[in-house]
Amino acid sequence: MIINKLVAGQRVLLSGVIYTARDQAHKRIAESLFNEKKPPFDLIGQAIYYVGPAPAKPGEIIGSAGPTTSGRMDVYTPLMLENGIRVLIGKGKRNQDVKAALLKTGSVYLAAYGGAGALLANSIKKADIIAYEDLGPEAIYRLEVEDFPVIVIIDILGNDYYEQVEEHRNA
Amino acid sequence: MKKINCEQISMEVAKLCIEANCLLGVDMQKAFNVAIEKERTDLGVEVLKDLKENFEIAKERMMPICQDTGTAVVFIELGQQVEIVGGSFEESIQVGVRKGYQSGYLRKSIVQSPFLRKNTGDNTPAIIHTKIVDGDTLKITVMPKGGGSENVSRLGMLNPAQGREGVAFFVLETLKLAGPNACPPYVVGVAVGGNFEAVAVASKEVLTRDLADKGNSDEAIALEQELLIKINELGIGAQGFGGDNTAFSVKVNIMPCHIASLPVAVNISCHVNRHKSIVIQGVS
Repeated sequence: MIINKLVAGQRVLLSGVIYTARDQAHKRIAESLFNEKKPPFDLIGQAIYYVGPAPAKPGEIIGSAGPTTSGRMDVYTPLMLENGIRVLIGKGKRNQDVKAALLKTGSVYLAAYGGAGALLANSIKKADIIAYEDLGPEAIYRLEVEDFPVIVIIDILGNDYYEQVEEHRNA
Repeated sequence: MKKINCEQISMEVAKLCIEANCLLGVDMQKAFNVAIEKERTDLGVEVLKDLKENFEIAKERMMPICQDTGTAVVFIELGQQVEIVGGSFEESIQVGVRKGYQSGYLRKSIVQSPFLRKNTGDNTPAIIHTKIVDGDTLKITVMPKGGGSENVSRLGMLNPAQGREGVAFFVLETLKLAGPNACPPYVVGVAVGGNFEAVAVASKEVLTRDLADKGNSDEAIALEQELLIKINELGIGAQGFGGDNTAFSVKVNIMPCHIASLPVAVNISCHVNRHKSIVIQGVS
C-alpha cells in the first residue's frame, strides 16, 4: 500500500495483510518491546486493526469484525509506530502524542465503520490466530482482507479529517 | 398465584440475546430511512446506506450486527402475582445469557477482575435490574450494551441553581466529548432527578422505549425536542464524518429528587440501539 498518497477524508479499499490488536494485546506487545523480546509478528511496515472479532460460526472465516475505539490504544501507539507499524485502523479520535508520532514516522490512521461488523467481516478472506490465544477476542489475528472499506482520518502530512469536520461546522 | 418456570426464562433470555444482537429493531429501521431522506451530505448518505447493508448481512446470516455484543443488561418487570418455580430466578437469567452468547456465536466480552482482566468465557455475569410490578406477567428486556458507547456516557450531580439550562449544557457537552467515538448517529438516553444510582439506571432504561414514544411529561417532551435539534446542530454526523444526523432521537425521563440535588445522567447508544423484549404470561 502506498500510504504517502492517502489524503484525509478519502474513502479507500484495503487489500492485503493486517494484524488485529486491541487493549490487552497492545499491553503485551509493549511489554515484549520493553523487555527487548521479539513481538509476536514483525512490526516493520505493518498495519494494526483495533478489533476483537466475534467467534466464527462453523464453516465461516470469522464472526463480526468492526473496529473498537482507538483512543484506548493511544498510550501504546507511539511505541508501536517507533517500532515500525505504519498503518492504524480503528474508529474515533486520537490524542496529540499519537498525531505527533504519526507525523514523525510518516504513518497513517484510518477509520473503519464502527458497528458495521457483519459488513466488514465480508471483506476478510482469511483469519488465523497467531498469538495470545488465551485472551479470547483480544488474541492477535493475522487477517487477509480484500476491498476492506476505510476512511482516511490522519494522513502523513498530519491532516485530521475529524478536525476538519469540526472546523467546518464551527465555520 | 401464576407460575413461570426458570427453564422457560433461560430459554427466552438466550433467544433475546441472539435476536437483539443480530436483528435491527423495527423502530430503528424506520429511523434509518428517515435519516437517509434528511441527510444532505454525500458521504453521510453513503455511510447510512452502508450501515443498512450491514444490518441486511447480519439478518441474513444471523450474525451479530456489531462484534461488540456487549454486556448483557437485563431489565425485569416481574408481576407480583407471579411465582417463579424450578430454580433460582437470577441464576435462570445468567444461564440464559450463557446459552445465548455461546449458541449464537456472540462475543464474550466480560472479564472477571477489572485489574487482572481474565475473560469469564461466557459473557456472564449479566447485569440485572428487577422491578416488582402489578399483574401476572414477566417482562424481560435484554439490552446488549457495547463498551464504546458506555465509556462515553456520563453522570453529573449538578447544583439546583444550574437548572434546566445546566442540564442541557451537560448533555451537549457529553455529546461533544463523545464525538465520533461511539458510532453515531446516536440514540441519547437522558434522566434528570432521582439520585446518584437511580438517574444512571433510568438514563439507560429510557433507551428501551420505542423510538416513537414521547417523554413522561410535557417538560420531558419539550427537552427531548430541544436537545435533539441542538445535538444535530453539532454536525458530528454518521460515524463522525459530518452531516445532519448526529442523533436519531433523545429520550428523557424526569423524576423527583432531593432539595439539594440536580442529578443528570446521559447514556449514549450507538446507531443500532440494541434491545429486545418479551412478555411471558404466568400459568395456573
